[in-house]
Amino acid sequence: MSLATPDPTVEAPALDVDPFGPEILADPIPFHERLRAAGPVVHLPRYDVYAMGRYAEVHAALVDWQRFQSAAGVGLSNFRSEKPWRPPSLLLETDPPHHDAPRHVLEPILNPRALRALRPRWETAAEELVEDLLERERFDAVSNLAERFPLRVFPDAVGIPEEGRENLLPYGDHLFNAFGPVNALVEKGLPRIAGVSGWVNEQCRREVLSADGFGARIWEASDCGDITAEQAPLVVRSLLSAGVDTTVHALGAVMAGFLSSPEQWERLRAEPARARVAFDEAIRWESPVQTFFRTATCDVRVGDVVVPEGRKILMFLGSANNDPSRWERPEEFDLDRDPSGHVGFGMGIHQCVGQHVARMEAECVLHALARRVKKIEPDGIPVRHLNNTLRGFSSLPARLVAR
Amino acid sequence: MSLSSSPAAAGRPAPVVASVGASGRVALVVTAKDPVADGVVRLRLEAPGGLRLPDWTPGAHIDLGLPNGLTRQYSLCGDRWDPRSYEIAVLREPDGRGGSAFVHDHLAVGDGIEVGGPRNHFPLVPADRYLFVAGGIGITPMLPMIEQATMLDTPWSLLYGGRRRVSMAFVDRLARWGDRVTLWPQDSHGLLDLASAVDAEPSGTKIYCCGPAPLLAAVESVCTDRPVGHLRIERFEAREQGPPVRTTGYEVELARTGTVLGIQPGDSVLDALAAAGAPVLASCRQGVCGTCETTVLAGTPDHRDSLLDEAQRRRNDCFYPCVSRSASDRLVLDL
Repeated sequence: MSLATPDPTVEAPALDVDPFGPEILADPIPFHERLRAAGPVVHLPRYDVYAMGRYAEVHAALVDWQRFQSAAGVGLSNFRSEKPWRPPSLLLETDPPHHDAPRHVLEPILNPRALRALRPRWETAAEELVEDLLERERFDAVSNLAERFPLRVFPDAVGIPEEGRENLLPYGDHLFNAFGPVNALVEKGLPRIAGVSGWVNEQCRREVLSADGFGARIWEASDCGDITAEQAPLVVRSLLSAGVDTTVHALGAVMAGFLSSPEQWERLRAEPARARVAFDEAIRWESPVQTFFRTATCDVRVGDVVVPEGRKILMFLGSANNDPSRWERPEEFDLDRDPSGHVGFGMGIHQCVGQHVARMEAECVLHALARRVKKIEPDGIPVRHLNNTLRGFSSLPARLVAR
Repeated sequence: MSLSSSPAAAGRPAPVVASVGASGRVALVVTAKDPVADGVVRLRLEAPGGLRLPDWTPGAHIDLGLPNGLTRQYSLCGDRWDPRSYEIAVLREPDGRGGSAFVHDHLAVGDGIEVGGPRNHFPLVPADRYLFVAGGIGITPMLPMIEQATMLDTPWSLLYGGRRRVSMAFVDRLARWGDRVTLWPQDSHGLLDLASAVDAEPSGTKIYCCGPAPLLAAVESVCTDRPVGHLRIERFEAREQGPPVRTTGYEVELARTGTVLGIQPGDSVLDALAAAGAPVLASCRQGVCGTCETTVLAGTPDHRDSLLDEAQRRRNDCFYPCVSRSASDRLVLDL
């Protein structure tokens, strides 16, 4: 590891590009190569921030919450000097000790054991979804599958009412855009965000949530004082913020993997137990969450460069997940690969607390598909959806051949 | 199912976090051993090569896998901001089963040791105020809690009892907190006056207590009027249990293989699982540490552990096979 070598300090190499510009958001791969080639840490003069793209340094920094803090915001905006657009997340945008209690509360609610009770319902929902897709001559793997399944099962699991769920995707999309600079993507969301975000906040109230969902469990934790009654709605909000768009794009990624590598679909059909590997491999390969910022809590040496205290560092999770010094043929979506250690869910104390929820959703869908579908074929040109933080598609036209 | 590990041609980057082996433990080295009171030693444990250790939160404990085959739980009492070392304090228990005596008499600086966890059944939750009550070596989990309460600007006080002043560890470390700390050596002060200490606390105070079983029982008896969740106890000894629900045998089904085991009422489920070739990692065998936690898919456990609270017991979704049994004819486990 090179976080503490005794070499003399040098200036970070500068890359004069806009990583939030539409060209790089649409196809970040060439930029990631430049980023990794330039050094373990670079300077992005456009935003006057530092950036890391190599697996070793990104991984090391993500686990090092002591020196790379989150409480100054995991977006470009520095909460030390700027007011956040919404009250900061009690999970994503806090450090220990403030981070501990919300995390302790959420972990057992979302652990695999707790989720098991939901599996039969989700399997049925997945089977119905696949039957419906098979009845269509052609379908869109984004709108008809990747968006539809999480929006069907996840809000039920949280316990929010049916009405208004159409707000979830615009909310999440804006939230993840807002981690970047105020560019056209952010401006596009601004007119609606007050209303959408008001609706989301409303769903976090105890009276609104059903008695048996994750939301109710979070409120129960406040009854015995594991968190405060003021914290409970914000923890519920974290589920609604982080649990929808991310899963949508991750399901889109795994479908994109099978569409571009038909032999991998054969592989899954032959061995459906690989569904879980397929999903994590898709997250490594596409990295639906591309970036998060950290802030240096002291002068941090990375290679020969010292990142000064208080400065933002942009972690390129997608670049780390495709770093050829960590992964053989990283550009290949490969079910025989062991994707363990990818940083697509983050790493360390902030690693995605809802990852088991996403995995179980994906597993239900992939198992249902593997049972009923012989082939998944492209049926048009995929269209990228641009977001300052997320990588995904707005359309993946496809055709299914039944078994 | 096998997966190629596909190390890249250039080689995997060196790990930054000490890796957990197949046993669920990390191999650490004792890098310091100091007496901190009569009968108490403090150990510092680090990973070879100075790697980061798994993160922890105040109240967490680790399992120390001793070279003599015993496993013991100890609360972490160091600084969580230091990612490269764990600190624990071990009281020599003259009537113990040999774990603490081994640490005192045989474990030396430079020795390797297997460490499991950290796990936290005693997390510091938000409060208006904290009252920390420590008996003897029960001071260990309180030390990082005190640091964090201070950091959170939450008022706190500590009532710390021990047999004799010289047997009370970390008194010097607590000196800087002035009169927030009340030291109460039994030989000069008698038993802790828990009733007065608890009565003086407003309703928003959360009370944390760790120490010998009689102290825990005493604090429970003076906290009966406190709201749910306002008394938090760390047990290193098992809670008293009533008689088992069943006096007859029952069946345990292992869902992943379909194996069905017949269990006699006096048998340990843990032993039966091991005998059937489905061993579950265990440690304390007293329902205290949580290592053997097992998922229940169907049936009603007869919970006999000291970990789950009433609400958790009613969910019937997990149990600890070292001590717990079945209340129903059949228990289906996710094994």
